[in-house]
Amino acid sequence: MSTNALVINYEYCTGCHTCEVACQVEHNLAAGQYGIKILQDGPRQLESGKWEYNYLPMPTSLCDLCADRVAEGRLPKCVHHCQAGIMDFGTVEEMAEVVEGKPNSVMFRLKD
Amino acid sequence: MALEYNKELYRDDVYQWQEGELTATRTTAWGGPGCHNGCAVIYYTDKDGKLVNIEGDPNSPFSRGRLCLRCLNYVEQINSPTRLLHPMKRAKEDRGKDAWEQISWDEALDIIDKNVKCIQREYGPESIAAMMGTGRNVCWQCPVICYWAFQSPNFCLGFLSGDACMLPRSTLNFAQNGGALIADMSQSHPLRYEDDPEYEIPKLVIMWGNNPVVSNSDAFLGHWIVDVMQRGAKTIVVDPKLTWMASRADVWLRLRPGTDAALAMGMTHVIIEEDLYDHDFVSRWSYGFDELVEAAKEYTPEKVAEICWVDAEDIRKAARMYAELHPAAMQWGLKVDQSPTGIPCAQAINNLVALTGNYDVPGGNIQTDQPYRTDMAYNCGLQDVPEEIRAKRIGDKISPLHTFGFSATAMSDMILHAIETDDPYPIKMMWFQSTNPIANMGTEAPRVYKALMKLDFVAVADIFMTPTAMACADLVLPIAMCPERNSFRTWYTPMRAITKVCEAPGEAVSDEELIVKVVGKCNPELLERFGIHDDVELLDFFLRERSDYGGQLGRDFHDLKEEVFNYPELPYKKYEKGLCRPDGSVGFMTMTGRFEFSIYPFKQWGMPPVPYFEEPPESPYSDKIDEAYKEEYPLVLTTGARMWQYFHSEHRQFPRMRQIQPDPQVRMNPETAEKYGVIEGDWVWIENHRGRCRQKVVFDVTYDPRVIAADHGWWFPERDPEAPSLYGVFDSNINNLTSQMQFGETGYGAPYCCLMCKIYKCTEENSKVLPGVQVTELGGWEYEMAQPNVREAENADVNGNELNEALYAGRGDE
Repeated sequence: MSTNALVINYEYCTGCHTCEVACQVEHNLAAGQYGIKILQDGPRQLESGKWEYNYLPMPTSLCDLCADRVAEGRLPKCVHHCQAGIMDFGTVEEMAEVVEGKPNSVMFRLKD
Repeated sequence: MALEYNKELYRDDVYQWQEGELTATRTTAWGGPGCHNGCAVIYYTDKDGKLVNIEGDPNSPFSRGRLCLRCLNYVEQINSPTRLLHPMKRAKEDRGKDAWEQISWDEALDIIDKNVKCIQREYGPESIAAMMGTGRNVCWQCPVICYWAFQSPNFCLGFLSGDACMLPRSTLNFAQNGGALIADMSQSHPLRYEDDPEYEIPKLVIMWGNNPVVSNSDAFLGHWIVDVMQRGAKTIVVDPKLTWMASRADVWLRLRPGTDAALAMGMTHVIIEEDLYDHDFVSRWSYGFDELVEAAKEYTPEKVAEICWVDAEDIRKAARMYAELHPAAMQWGLKVDQSPTGIPCAQAINNLVALTGNYDVPGGNIQTDQPYRTDMAYNCGLQDVPEEIRAKRIGDKISPLHTFGFSATAMSDMILHAIETDDPYPIKMMWFQSTNPIANMGTEAPRVYKALMKLDFVAVADIFMTPTAMACADLVLPIAMCPERNSFRTWYTPMRAITKVCEAPGEAVSDEELIVKVVGKCNPELLERFGIHDDVELLDFFLRERSDYGGQLGRDFHDLKEEVFNYPELPYKKYEKGLCRPDGSVGFMTMTGRFEFSIYPFKQWGMPPVPYFEEPPESPYSDKIDEAYKEEYPLVLTTGARMWQYFHSEHRQFPRMRQIQPDPQVRMNPETAEKYGVIEGDWVWIENHRGRCRQKVVFDVTYDPRVIAADHGWWFPERDPEAPSLYGVFDSNINNLTSQMQFGETGYGAPYCCLMCKIYKCTEENSKVLPGVQVTELGGWEYEMAQPNVREAENADVNGNELNEALYAGRGDE
């Protein structure tokens, strides 16, 4: 079976915390424990005058890519509910193709 | 780019199905706890009827599977151990004490009825006022209780000065073009974006005075803008801080809070001067353009740049982009309302929509309304109040707009004034439904507190014990949350069912069941006449008798529940098709039948018919305050920015929401902090002549160093509920500094976002008397309180009531 992966297109991540809480609800995590956590860079002004301001949802060691949901035929809870629609889920091969079309994306897979 | 959801698991052919032991129910969610949207959800309940899971419904064109953190956390919310479970009473002398006694619903209703009858007899029904909060799906339920049960015309929002939330914009829309205008993200139609053959992706979206992805205000789901950005839309952001959106924008206009009207007139100036406006629209469909040309002359980009603290070239660039990129959508927000020039500011921005040819076009701004001509809003049920009582509505003399029937509610500043002075008559009883004014929307909170303590009887209906209830209520009623209620939503298309899937805990009831209980007790003949005995019959009554959804088709709540949502047709360019006026003629539903750049009735009433900018009463350039004041309080103070995890004063008791930001925060440029000797993480006092509060410093390099932004809505459910603490509601309350009675000459708009203040670090020495003690034990802070500036309507040549009747003629419910 192919390995599954997430693609996160952080170009359009608004930092809305939906993925964090979706994950806590799915995995019954208490407040303060995260399976995915929003990291923030900026706002920081560049020499060009433009602003650097990005959010990056980072899966943690508690992430299992929602194995139970996926087995049922669902998407991972964070992917399903992402408000900005910046998350994709599939096999590493499928996700590599998604990254091709989406600049400022990162791919994530679980540790073996 | 849409995700592929499993069609076998997420069904669209039925509203309810079985998945193993769980029942899945498709419906929509709308408060409380509140928000402004009605996203589509699937509730999963177990065999005992308990809610165990919630998911976004991928088959909804409105929200397309997504759901925000607050809804996703519904199971934690619904099971919160601190929910109100039973009606409770308290002796009047125990206000402020946690001395509640659990009582039955029968006793609670007896208490309400006794007080209502007594006040009706001694003072008249108008001496009872009812107030609601925002976005909690009580926007017709609270009015119905006020009008049906109490027979009082005095319903309004919870001490919201100048009605400064949406009402300035919506009132302006009705006066200027005869209907609500919203940024068109294809949300009014069942096919979205590229799937809708008529729709065009906006080439530009302007976000003005709101951060839509966080606030989701006025029935608009902010992330729709992210959807169109991913499809190529450019953006312009008008905001004092660099929001994430602003970091992606082509132009970010960092304006001084409260100067939006000047900026809009500056853009108008450029568009006219450079001949970039839509000549066809102006010549065929508008009135008063020449007067606008004249009015815009003085607002040169250079002058406006000085007023607004922005770059003149950026004003030009924004104006040119808006005029040249077509279609372009204007997503305006709360800050338009939150200066005393709320109406002129809204007019100036609305003019831009029309000037640039974006009126009711795909991907521009679409004229909308409630579906099926329902009127489930602030005047719902007002027609059932006797006319002579309706004529006593407080605030009807405040401006011609109010006198001549453009107002949607009683005027809340004047309700406060009536409590304080008995003018024009006393207010003796208040009914609060899903509003916590001392913690949230009530400006000058200590003044509001003092007024409430004067009242003979106060009842609060809410989902939790609130500081407002703890401070001043004599009776508290427990309310159901969203999955526990049957209701429906008509706040713009689509029409949506809200279906009950589980029982409320204890004896909590839905706001609809509350109507049946309270009206059934206080005015039973009326309910009998309408044939209403339970919540579903109440919904059926409005759907069948006061809406075209039922109307001749005979559909009722059961049908809507099965449909889940329903999109009536909403074509574009309705003014060209004879769809705006009851007589079916082309044109707009205005006095002139045209889009009024200069508003004709305003001129007749002696009000400025074209937009203008005026300094906020307390600003660095205001002539209403002296130099000594400006020296003492040098910083411009704005407040009210939304947070992801909280809806105003709500959600503070849920750990998964509180984890995101546990403390109240005041944001400022590090340069400002350095000047006042504070660093990030310090607690500071924020103070002006009316009072002070404390919040925690957070650095944000994107603010102008002359501006700071403080949180609103803070109270601390974990702190001592009793006075003087009252859950710490006054200690970090920015409304210790805001004002009542400084509304605009239209009666609309108030300076929530543009005051002056100073900051200094909290020390043990200067924190000995906390605001809670100051307000509840020491009589508050001493200062001269502003009084209302009432201006009788000067010229009644144009009878606004006739106009209003014409506007609503043929709406089916009259």
